[in-house]
Amino acid sequence: MSRVIVVTSGKGGVGKTTTSASISTGLAMKGYKVAVIDFDVGLRNLDLIMGCERRVVYDFVNVVQGEASLKQALIKDKRIDNLYILAASQTRDKDALTQEGVGNVIEALKEDGFDFIICDSPAGIEKGAQLALYFADEAIVVTNPEVSSVRDSDRILGILQAKSKRAESGDTAIVEHLVLTRYNPERVETGEMLSVDDVIGLLSVKLLGVVPESEQVLNASNSGSPVILESGSDAAQAYIDIVDRFLGEEKEHRFLTAEKKGLLKKLFGR
Amino acid sequence: MALLDYLLGQKKKKSAGVAKDRLQILLAHERSERKAPEYLPKMREEILQVISKYVQIDQDQLQISIDEANGYEVLELNLVLPEK
Repeated sequence: MSRVIVVTSGKGGVGKTTTSASISTGLAMKGYKVAVIDFDVGLRNLDLIMGCERRVVYDFVNVVQGEASLKQALIKDKRIDNLYILAASQTRDKDALTQEGVGNVIEALKEDGFDFIICDSPAGIEKGAQLALYFADEAIVVTNPEVSSVRDSDRILGILQAKSKRAESGDTAIVEHLVLTRYNPERVETGEMLSVDDVIGLLSVKLLGVVPESEQVLNASNSGSPVILESGSDAAQAYIDIVDRFLGEEKEHRFLTAEKKGLLKKLFGR
Repeated sequence: MALLDYLLGQKKKKSAGVAKDRLQILLAHERSERKAPEYLPKMREEILQVISKYVQIDQDQLQISIDEANGYEVLELNLVLPEK
């Protein structure tokens, strides 16, 4: 059965698109058929992070408005089988997406046999963000250990619990997962950054994983390749764990404590 | 004791702790607002109208919230009357 997952955060720049790209890539690497949809109408960016920006002919809005078929608009990933990207439109018309239209596209993807439909939400709590989460079965809330991000995540959690299709129809609630990104264990240990336990306590959401602050995230986006593919990097390892946990595997959380530099250098240094 | 105070004092200054405390208060407040029933703003307005028949008050002086305490829902009304 298909699972619709929204990747959301409220605040911008916390790593929604990075997380959407890596999780969808990771799920497809496991053999699942995955579609990842960019809901950020007007500010398309998922295509760039996935490295398919030059192959966008038709987009999400074209499909919703019946100007292209889903088959025409889905961009097949060149690296991973079973991974498809549906780009956002560059149109400035905010009303280009309708609830009915989005629902139809998601229904068509389900009929096409997609196991996972990942909805990459725009920042904010406006229509685009609400449409991205409306049809979700599960939510991945991306948060930075920083006050404004935590506050906005709490706000989005409230919307997930009140304004989603599941909430409105009285169905079982959306399953919520927390992904804490840009985590810096050194600064947590010196008391300069909210700890993972602080954030879990504040938001009361189950932790899916912690992604440490990593230079590889920028390197990956520079080259248009999801960071999960930068094998060997901490961020890639973190996302691989996140995908495994998402699929039900029990895995101990990593990257929560500062590296013991001397020892680590000895073991892994060149 | 001085040493203990010094150590505790140092601990308090850590910014992550301050962030956590501020967020705890803020989120609790925002959640209660979010959970508030839809009739609350209108009810607030009507209560204000009644009160202002008798006392001159500033619109912002009236605070209304619905909280849960010990299994009861409590309607809390907070109004500071003007000095005479």
